[in-house]
Amino acid sequence: MNKIISSKEAANLIKNGSRIMVGGFGLVGSPLTIIEEITKTNVNQLEIISNNLGEPGKGLGVLVQMKKVKKAIGSYFTSNPDVVKAYQSGELEVELLPQGTFSEAIRAGGTGIGGFYTPVGAGTELAAAKEERVIDNKHYLLQTPLKADFALIKACKADELGNLTYSKSARNFNPLMAASADIVIAEVEEIVKAGELSPEEIVTPHLFVDYLVLKGGGR
Amino acid sequence: MKPKERIAKRASRELKNRDIVNLGIGIPTLVAEYIPENIQVFLHSENGILGVGPAPKADAVDPDIVNAGKLPVSIEEGASFFDSAASFGMIRGGHIDVSILGVLQVDRSGRVANWAVPGKSVLGVGGAMDLLEGSKKVIVTTMHTTNEGEPKIVEELSYPITSWRKVDLIITELAVFSVQEEGLLLIDKQPNVTLQEIIEKTGAHFEVDQNLIEISDLDGVVAK
Repeated sequence: MNKIISSKEAANLIKNGSRIMVGGFGLVGSPLTIIEEITKTNVNQLEIISNNLGEPGKGLGVLVQMKKVKKAIGSYFTSNPDVVKAYQSGELEVELLPQGTFSEAIRAGGTGIGGFYTPVGAGTELAAAKEERVIDNKHYLLQTPLKADFALIKACKADELGNLTYSKSARNFNPLMAASADIVIAEVEEIVKAGELSPEEIVTPHLFVDYLVLKGGGR
Repeated sequence: MKPKERIAKRASRELKNRDIVNLGIGIPTLVAEYIPENIQVFLHSENGILGVGPAPKADAVDPDIVNAGKLPVSIEEGASFFDSAASFGMIRGGHIDVSILGVLQVDRSGRVANWAVPGKSVLGVGGAMDLLEGSKKVIVTTMHTTNEGEPKIVEELSYPITSWRKVDLIITELAVFSVQEEGLLLIDKQPNVTLQEIIEKTGAHFEVDQNLIEISDLDGVVAK
C-alpha cells in the first residue's frame, strides 16, 4: 500500500470538470507543487472550492489566468484582481460564503452531516435563496455540506501510512478538506517511516489520505 | 499623534485583562500597539491562531505564521494553532470577548456595512459576518468621514448590511458613541473638537451624554 506518487501522477488524476477542494489561506498552506503541475495539463472547466483563488500568477491564480476554472466556491476572492476580471467577463462563476459557514460546510461534508443552521448571513444579500428558520427568536440560514471529487491539501510531515502533521497557521482548511473529498492528495515537506510521528502530533489520521506528494514533485 | 493612532489608542482603553480579542484589518490592527502594559490580552486570528504577537523583524519572518490580513506575525508564549472550523466555532460560539473592526458605514441603530460596495462585484466577505454575529462585544474604529468627506455614521445604511447584530461602541478621531437601545449616545470627544463639528460630520441623529468626557488625557480615560 504505497501512497506516495509524483506530482505529475497526482495532476493526471484530475479530470475535466472535476470538483476540487484546495487547502490554504491565501498561499499559506496551499499545495503549490500540485497546483503548478495541474497548470501543465489540459484539464479545464474545474470547480474549485477554496477560501481564496491565489494571487495573480501565484497558486490557484495561475489556473484562473489560464481560464481553467469554471466555478469557485469560497469566502474571499477580492484580493486577486484576475478573479474580479474573470467574473466580470462572465468566464467565472462565483459562490460566496462567510468564512465560518464555508469551513463548517466542509466539516459537515466530511462528517456525514446533512446541513446546519447558522445565524451568520441572516438578513444579508448572502441569505438570498437560502432556507431560513427561526429558532428561539433568532434567524438562522440552512447551509448544506460541501463535498468534492478531490481534495488537494498541504501538510508538514507525513508518515508512509498517510498520517499528517501541519505547520503553524498553514493548517487552516487542510484537515477539514482531508475528510470531505473522494480522493485526497496531500502535498508534504517530508515523509517519514510509520512510527516516527508521535500519535499525539498527528492531526489528520491516515484513513483520510489516499496519496502523498513530496513538495517539489519527485517520488 | 495621527488620527488613526488616536482612534487605536482610544480603542485599546476598552480592553480588559485576559480578554480574547480579534482585530480587523486597518485601524483595528494598530490597537495591538497601544494595549496598556498592566493588562494581558490574547489576540485571536481567524486563520487559526490564539496568541498572535507583533510583526516580526524581516529576518525572523516565518511564512507559515500570518494573520487574517495574510501579513507575517509572531506568536506569544502560550499560543495555539487550530483549523478554520474550530476558529470560526470560537467566533460564532461566543468565545471572543471583543472584536474591533472597520466599517464602510454604521447606522443610527449601530448596524454595520463593511463587506460590499453597491455597483461593484461582490467577491469577498471573509470573516466579517461571522465576527459581527458572534463576538460578545463589537467596537467599530473608523475615520469619522470618508476621504471625500461623506459621513460614515449614517441614519440608514446605503451599503449592504453585514449583520443584524448592533455594535456596542463607535470610535472615530473626533468622538466616541455608545450604541443604546434608542440610538447613538455621544460619550467622549476630542477636546479641540466642537459639538457643532461632530453634528456637521455625522449623518445620524445622536444624543449627548450628560457626563460627556473629553479625551484630553487618554491614559486617564477609564473604560466604561
